[in-house]
Amino acid sequence: MTVQQILFFYFATVIVLLSLGAVTMRNSVYSVLMVLAMFFHMAGIYLTLNAEFLAAVQVVVYAGAVLVLYLFVVFLVNLKQEARITRFVKHPALGGVMAGALFLMLLFAFGSFSLGPQGAWPVAAIEEATFTRALAMELFTRYLLPFEVVGLILLIAVVGGIVLAKREESQEGAGRETAGSSITRGEA
Amino acid sequence: MVPISWYLTLSAAIFSVGVYGFLTRRNVILMFLSLELMLNAANLNLVALGHYMGDLRGPILTFFVIAVAAAEAAIGLGLVVALFRNRRTVYADELTELKG
Repeated sequence: MTVQQILFFYFATVIVLLSLGAVTMRNSVYSVLMVLAMFFHMAGIYLTLNAEFLAAVQVVVYAGAVLVLYLFVVFLVNLKQEARITRFVKHPALGGVMAGALFLMLLFAFGSFSLGPQGAWPVAAIEEATFTRALAMELFTRYLLPFEVVGLILLIAVVGGIVLAKREESQEGAGRETAGSSITRGEA
Repeated sequence: MVPISWYLTLSAAIFSVGVYGFLTRRNVILMFLSLELMLNAANLNLVALGHYMGDLRGPILTFFVIAVAAAEAAIGLGLVVALFRNRRTVYADELTELKG
């Protein structure tokens, strides 16, 4: 067994255990922290695939920005009764059966999987140019338009997030009760 | 050398755990977190296939997926905050207004 395989086993075991813990944990803060640790191990897996730039992006964007946002929202809507009430839907076993069946089906499908022909960037070429440089060369030539579109998507997301989370001026004085009662009145 | 089937198996495992979490948790925030697990499983698949097939399209797609996931998290959590402000709940099975 080579060093790479031992590393892969370590990362894979920790990732699977952490994600299982994250979806079953009672306290949602622990869940988010477990996913945080899992994202760091995911960056390690990317390193074993020579994708060092994506490992850095994984740590900076996912662990640094997205997960912190999740943590803020968990703190913001921190429900004291979280620890007491049920955390699963009425029939969690059904979801388990579906997820397990999906896993077995995917494993079954991988049996007939075979790699296609080699692309334009074999491992040796990427190692010669370094991964970041190779990625940038592709990204800023052939994939320039998608790159700009992604920038636009991020802008729209930022504006949308602010609009959604903003408190409306008219409700400021009336308080929270009106927000709930207006919906109740709509039902009546 | 690690065979590619190991990466595919790991990715399938993460994706299944994400599906399990999404289907079973009541908390909307944790449903979004399960969604992130599934996106990460897809990312792992893309990077592994890009590495073994000697192509950069996989990693580039992963880059875009990460950007869209960040946008999704911002919008989704904004929705959760708006939901909590109006309904005082973040549990998906208590939101039955559309049932009629």
